[in-house]
Amino acid sequence: MAVAASTATPERVIVPKPKWRPLESERNLAWLLLLPTMVLLGLFIAYPFMRGLMLSVTDSRVGVPGEFVGLDNFRKLAVDPIFHAVVWNTCLYTLVTTIFKLALGLWLALLLNRTFKFKAFTRAFILLPFIIPTVLSTFAWKWMFDPTFSVLNWMLYQTGMIRVAINWLGDGDLAMLSIIIVNIWRGVPFFAISLLAGLQTISPDLNEAAAIDGARPWQRFWHITWPLLLPVTMVVVLFSVIQTFADFQIVYVMTGGGPANATHLFATYAYQLGVGTGLLSQGAAVSLAMFPILLLIVIAQLLYIRRVEVR
Amino acid sequence: MATVSIREVHKHYDDFHAVKGVSLEIKDHEFVVLVGPSGCGKTTTLRMVAGLETITEGRVLIGDTVVNELPPMDRDIAMVFQNYALYPHMSVYDNMAFGLKMRKFDKAEIKRRVDNAADILGIKDHLHRKPRQLSGGQRQRVALGRAIVRNPQVFLFDEPLSNLDAKLRVQMRVELKKLHQRLGTTAIYVTHDQVEAMTLGDRVVVMKDGLIQQVGEPLDLYNTPANKYVAGFIGSPAMNFADVIIAQNGSGLVAANNAIKIGVPEHLTAPLGAHVGMPATFGIRPEDLRIADGSEPSTQTFEAVVEVAEQLGSEILLDVSCGPNSMVASVDPTVRVKPGEKIRLAFNPKRAHFFDGTTEAAVRG
Repeated sequence: MAVAASTATPERVIVPKPKWRPLESERNLAWLLLLPTMVLLGLFIAYPFMRGLMLSVTDSRVGVPGEFVGLDNFRKLAVDPIFHAVVWNTCLYTLVTTIFKLALGLWLALLLNRTFKFKAFTRAFILLPFIIPTVLSTFAWKWMFDPTFSVLNWMLYQTGMIRVAINWLGDGDLAMLSIIIVNIWRGVPFFAISLLAGLQTISPDLNEAAAIDGARPWQRFWHITWPLLLPVTMVVVLFSVIQTFADFQIVYVMTGGGPANATHLFATYAYQLGVGTGLLSQGAAVSLAMFPILLLIVIAQLLYIRRVEVR
Repeated sequence: MATVSIREVHKHYDDFHAVKGVSLEIKDHEFVVLVGPSGCGKTTTLRMVAGLETITEGRVLIGDTVVNELPPMDRDIAMVFQNYALYPHMSVYDNMAFGLKMRKFDKAEIKRRVDNAADILGIKDHLHRKPRQLSGGQRQRVALGRAIVRNPQVFLFDEPLSNLDAKLRVQMRVELKKLHQRLGTTAIYVTHDQVEAMTLGDRVVVMKDGLIQQVGEPLDLYNTPANKYVAGFIGSPAMNFADVIIAQNGSGLVAANNAIKIGVPEHLTAPLGAHVGMPATFGIRPEDLRIADGSEPSTQTFEAVVEVAEQLGSEILLDVSCGPNSMVASVDPTVRVKPGEKIRLAFNPKRAHFFDGTTEAAVRG
């Protein structure tokens, strides 16, 4: 039947005229799609990075082009006591703030993940420290830490806990404590909201199943919530560590690196050397010194995240 | 193993009254199915037994203990969730062992129990896999395994088969039934699928709008539904209904609307006597209809127009219109009719149902 039918009606084959369609080649299309990103990354990241690298191996200052001096700038840093303090400060600052931001952020996220009245409003409200321009909020904090006008001192004095005004930003350790507090205040919302988003991907059924399985609330957190949240936590911590390690605004506004260089971080010290003092190549060397440390942190964390996700 | 008593239980969510006084006594070893449309309160009732929802009013007893204030872990129950709720970061073995670890069983005993459960459920080869590496049916088995290793007093099932495809669902249904016959653990099973309810339940509880409509063995619900809702809910294809007025006709009664006029079967004449002149609903199941062959009295037949004939092989489902009502008749596969054809359908008078026009309660002889 079928054979007879096909011989009865002649077949008609239509071949469309070939047209010039360059984008049908995947190779061309790929390059075209990559182009905008490559231009942007090249212009704003690769080029400045290379310039920084080149600058760091010269002795250029403002107004002086400078000559190639090899690793002289890095050798100077190696024996610079201020730079040693900067490395210590930055590591301490990053470590302490990250621990507190994670702990407080997780706590807040767990609270916000519950059902209560004005939930949406509260969640939005939590983000405020994150939304306000850092420089503005830091100025407000600076005012609160001001030895004369400090609202903190006033409260402590009124409650009888101190008799003499504390010079928050005048003492090295207290100044470090102050910038750590401000950084935590500013960073917690990011942790809270990101971790909350992570928590919401965990089915509430799992917690109910664990409750029926006999797990107490703390065991449910430890055996169910925490391991399932871990990939999100690691990404958030990675982000935060990079941000904090290269922090500039809070320190610059609060202390400017003082008193007596006690709160200088990589970024503020690089700025002070390179722009403040005009030693461009020295500043570039300080900035670049951050790079290997950050690279190690990032590699370690990315490896860990990969391991967690494969699990 | 234990009995479960649900006594006058209510659940309020703010201003929503989800469960409106449910009472149910579940015997030891019994498999009870709660069935109803979504929002009928069946899952809420189950979750109150589990301890995942607080009980607004009333009491729940497991064995002879009032468990209202007990957290889920102290009720000695196990629950199987609709989406399985397997711990995604744990292996199958750890998923099944978790409840035992939390209860501080020693390692050897945990291994013995998990291996035993895996054996029963046929998942021994998958113990070291992660849930996401398993198929839907295998995950369902792991969820069952997690429940049975603990050897609890009561199993609670929350629509456990609804995420499986149709074929697997039938297969798992049989396995669940076998598992219950083997273990004999008291079970409460929630589903919206009346076929599941009928095939699995020792007793079936039909719920609607937070209230129990009827409790009974599957065939009782099928043969003697308490009201129009249960009659329409249980059975597939569903029971046919026609709104009629009851009228006196000599010594007997007739039920009529503008398309049909049928005699009220003798055994219902007395109870329907009080309904003369009032509306009622006539109900007849598709398999209790056949094409009239002329031998039956005309009071047991009515005329209908064929709209669609669905050939199922073992039977033919005739979708017919009968005045304002659509009906389905399950007829012999040898019958040949065309769409648009007028036919006479005969009904089995012993299987005819009548429901009160206002209360919708069944009128029984």
